[in-house]
Amino acid sequence: MVVSFINFSSSIEVMRTQINTAIAFLSGFIMILAFFSANPGIVNFSQNLLTWVTIVGGISLLLGIVSILKVNLKVIQEKGKDWIFKLILVWFVLGMSVCGIIWGIEEKTPFDWLFQNIQSPMMSTMFSILAFFIASAAYRAFRARTLEATILLITAIIVMLGRTPLGQALWDRLPSYADWIMAYPNLAVQRGIIIGAALGAAAMSLRILLGIERTYMG
Amino acid sequence: MRRRIVLSLLTAIAFSSASFKLAFASESTSVFRMDRINILVLFIIFCAAVLLYIRSTRKGKKFFIRKINGLEAIEEGVGRATEMGRPVLFIPGIDELDEIQTIAGLSILSRVAKITAQYNTPLSVPVRYPLVLAAAQESVKGAYLDAGKGDDYDPEMAQYVAGEQFAFVAAVHGIMHRDKPATNVYMGAFYAESLLLAEEGQASGAIQIAGTANPEQLPFFIAACDYTLMGEELFAASSYLSKEPLMLGSLKGQDWMKILLVICIFLGVIFETLNIGGGFFYKLFIEH
Repeated sequence: MVVSFINFSSSIEVMRTQINTAIAFLSGFIMILAFFSANPGIVNFSQNLLTWVTIVGGISLLLGIVSILKVNLKVIQEKGKDWIFKLILVWFVLGMSVCGIIWGIEEKTPFDWLFQNIQSPMMSTMFSILAFFIASAAYRAFRARTLEATILLITAIIVMLGRTPLGQALWDRLPSYADWIMAYPNLAVQRGIIIGAALGAAAMSLRILLGIERTYMG
Repeated sequence: MRRRIVLSLLTAIAFSSASFKLAFASESTSVFRMDRINILVLFIIFCAAVLLYIRSTRKGKKFFIRKINGLEAIEEGVGRATEMGRPVLFIPGIDELDEIQTIAGLSILSRVAKITAQYNTPLSVPVRYPLVLAAAQESVKGAYLDAGKGDDYDPEMAQYVAGEQFAFVAAVHGIMHRDKPATNVYMGAFYAESLLLAEEGQASGAIQIAGTANPEQLPFFIAACDYTLMGEELFAASSYLSKEPLMLGSLKGQDWMKILLVICIFLGVIFETLNIGGGFFYKLFIEH
């Protein structure tokens, strides 16, 4: 009895993987077909598939909310570490949802007020911290300890000065040198990386379509 | 040898048919978009190369794959976290599941989770999209089951923290401050938050391994992380870590295609500079 149950569950597991792989293959194949096809039926079907992705993504937001509530409510209940911050988080998750559902999300609604006066300034603050992080990262990267780091330092000085009015005031040809660095050596390296990445992405897609790469399914 | 002959013949046939068809690029049939024939030709050659190399590995042929230091460091990083009794933080990018870099990140997550399961090291995977959450949970669960540690799996290892980009960064900063992970792994698509995450991790003293195919974010990761996987290395990572012959075969096919493209670029420069060939190499790489 136990053995047959184990066999049954393992066969379900195998079937699940096979069905997932088959769906991945079919979906990918349809998208490739639609890319090369001029047939309106195939193109429309691929567009419908993309719409389904959006719909599934929207519904899955509930999954995210459940995850947030589950993780944080547990800490609040147990009065765990920093539980007060979790309480504020849960309060705002529910508060903004309720405001949005009752009064909508248009201008001059409570949801909009919360977004404009709390969420938006906080996100801008996080982004502005980037300036300080760039300074500390640049300090570490530009220390002339090796030949490569020295070349990087010199290049960075030319590009940064060349992009500012001060650079032009110091030497009027500096901006053109900065532009040359960006348009030739920099762009060449970037294109090399992009070509490699594109081929890598295509090879990975092929592995997924053929069912060789299945680790992302668990 | 036979494989090379087959690939070369296929390439020659495909390119000659492409040159013929490119002349009629503007004419489209009701079934097929002739303006994309060049992409189809390259796609067929690429698929053929990958499939031929996969077939070779199936027959038992072994290929040399160069060492990728960043991937070798993953086990070392997990070991460090185990010794310090701290968790491993893994971020599979901040993009949706329809982004191939996210899939690549999740594949690497599966390998990392297998190692953390073997070492009994806590794992934390904050994600930005609910669909990625579901996939990450499945990935981690599968890895724990594979490692024979199914009982140690906790669905809360992967958690949805925020949908907004900078709210996500704030949440991850909080995790870094509170849990002090010993190893941070960033694998996937990253944007303006790359440096915000990596610098915070650097300040917390963690070993950091990053990988992305977004070239504009690479300098930030290189400056702030100990190891960085660049572009194609991110996509090669799961094959490299799995050491499965079938997956490694696809990497060789990819390399073959790269050589072909380098030859095309080289010939294209010569032909276009000398103005011969009627712009064949130029047309080969543009969508008409």
